[in-house]
Amino acid sequence: MTQQKKKDHQETEISDSVAIKTRRDFLKNLKDVGACALVTAIASGGIMSSFLSMTDAVASAPGGSRALTKRKYRYGMVIDTRRCVGCKACMVACKVENKTPPGVSYTIVSSHALDRPDEKPVFTTKPCFHCEHPPCVDVCPVSATFKRDQDGIVVVDYDRCIGCRYCITACPYGARYFDFGENYTMTESGPFKKIPSPEYNQFRKREEGSSPIGNVRKCTFCLHFQDAEGRYDKESGRWPSCAKTCTGHAIFFGDFNDPENEVARLIRERQPIRLKEELGTQPNVYYLL
Amino acid sequence: MKQVTCCENQTACGLKKIFWYLGGFLFLIGLYGWIDRLWYGHLHANYGNVVTWGLWVSLYIYFIGLSAGSFLISSLVYVFNFKQFERIGWVALLTAIITLLMALFSIWVDLGHMERAWKVMIFANFKSPMAWMIWLYSAYFLLLLVETWFLLRGDLVRQASLSGLPGRVFHFLSFGSPAPSEITQKRDLKIVRILATIGVPVAVMFHGGVGALFGVVAARPHWHSGLFPILFLLSALVSGGALLIVVTSIFQKGFEANRDTIFALGKLVLGLLLLDLLFQFSEILVAFYGGIPSHVEGLKLALFGPYAWVFWVWQIGIGTVIPVILLTTKTRHQVGWVALAGLLLVIGFIGMRLNIVIPGLAVEEIKGLTTAYVSTRVATNYFPSVSEWLLSAGIVGFGLLLFGLGELFLSKENKLTEDEV
Repeated sequence: MTQQKKKDHQETEISDSVAIKTRRDFLKNLKDVGACALVTAIASGGIMSSFLSMTDAVASAPGGSRALTKRKYRYGMVIDTRRCVGCKACMVACKVENKTPPGVSYTIVSSHALDRPDEKPVFTTKPCFHCEHPPCVDVCPVSATFKRDQDGIVVVDYDRCIGCRYCITACPYGARYFDFGENYTMTESGPFKKIPSPEYNQFRKREEGSSPIGNVRKCTFCLHFQDAEGRYDKESGRWPSCAKTCTGHAIFFGDFNDPENEVARLIRERQPIRLKEELGTQPNVYYLL
Repeated sequence: MKQVTCCENQTACGLKKIFWYLGGFLFLIGLYGWIDRLWYGHLHANYGNVVTWGLWVSLYIYFIGLSAGSFLISSLVYVFNFKQFERIGWVALLTAIITLLMALFSIWVDLGHMERAWKVMIFANFKSPMAWMIWLYSAYFLLLLVETWFLLRGDLVRQASLSGLPGRVFHFLSFGSPAPSEITQKRDLKIVRILATIGVPVAVMFHGGVGALFGVVAARPHWHSGLFPILFLLSALVSGGALLIVVTSIFQKGFEANRDTIFALGKLVLGLLLLDLLFQFSEILVAFYGGIPSHVEGLKLALFGPYAWVFWVWQIGIGTVIPVILLTTKTRHQVGWVALAGLLLVIGFIGMRLNIVIPGLAVEEIKGLTTAYVSTRVATNYFPSVSEWLLSAGIVGFGLLLFGLGELFLSKENKLTEDEV
């Protein structure tokens, strides 16, 4: 009952915010601030903030509980491998949604054959796990990739990324891809190329030499579907496109901070696993076997 | 008197000629690589999203290894008073500067956005070993320049009295310093000593830090080892020392005049090489005994994989076995063979650096990644493309030419001193 009420309340709020304002863009804000300030101010600011983040990391290191409590949402996924048929529709949906070039795929579907001949293989779709302790974020020399304070989504600031690819080596899950600037021959020219990618609500035209070419790219949980409050809306299709398109309903997406949420319930009631737990990354994507 | 080629003997002169031709040739073919890189970006590079660092990064760690190694050996002269190496003190510094520049170029072209390289100075994330590396790089580079300047100041001022353009260039390089006297010479040497002393920990941190840059990556078990920073330092000393053998064989009046220095360097390099070998052996042995699949996977690739020849032929054959034989048997008393051992080590350690970077990356982090998404950019096999090779050759050629010019014009044993004496 309470859930229903809450949902109604949310819906009115969403329709308001979608109608009135354009969605806030965190990255863009960052850029604007940078543009206004003097170079020296950026310099001291950037360096200061890195020092601060260092002390912050030390303070919140055990369990990372501090980071969790101050965060409004903790978006993540629960992927039920028994429901996955390995159709790779999520890969296609992601490609179409984010207009990723060849060699870049924010999600993949791998299959693992079982020893028993009568079993279908285990299929796993694997987006970015948006880890609680993302090793990719720590190694970025310019803090171009970071974990958003409000919802824990790990993003890349395309305007700051220098393309050193250290984060690709540091990610234990192969979730990061470098944009080499290649195009599909089919879309080299024609209407598809003219449609900009909605990533980060930046609607960039992917032109030669300019970002995101030469940057590292990754899954964003389709954060461009969020409203001003940072919420998704499943009913109206404002939902990560891989989860939206999944034919077997294997991908559950939601907010782990909300105990009523489907994903929170699933990891509570079922026996979820996460990949490479031993590395201490604490992924926000769980698998049900 | 002002003859440029003042060779003591025929062989040294011949070697110098080969050096210049090689430098020029490599520089010229490198132009193709530069044009390709600047025009097409990363389109013609063969690394991808699995093996995401390739030849350029390997060369980068190789060059900084050469730089740190030759600097640390030069510090034997200025910090620890090793008289044996005094002749090559400043050449070692020049080598360190030039190889550091070569390193800068090879990592710069590897960036996705070359024009944003400055951002690392402003937005440095001190949690990132790479940011530390860049800051230490800058500190080390600055220190090298200042130390070399103080070391050469007397000569620069002396040469400023030359007529015409060279004189003006030297006047500029000396920043209009007054004529050197006993006192200033002594003071300069003292400053050099202080800078060299500071430089030792800086160089150790810098190059050890690059080892740490790889070592901290828990996602790549092949790199994730506490031995890595130390292995990097040892390899730096070996390759740097070997490069100095080659340099002293060709320059500074050639290998006949530098016999003692070369023999001393040969002994030093041999010791370090054996120590380096011990560390590598330990790394391999422990990994294989433990047998954790992810840990062994990279080593298996390096030792028995498609590029096993890089390990067995390049690194072990050219870069270890032959030099060890040359430096331990009777040949160690013949300067030519020692010089050859140095050259082989310099070449062989490129293979060693390649074996760090590429097998560490060329494994699927998630089983089935490369078959789940089929693309040349998502593949575990890597071989550098033509433009990668050519650009690398160009950087080497550039370094050779720059070194040759530096040695020619900044030479401490220049012609003017003879006049004065």
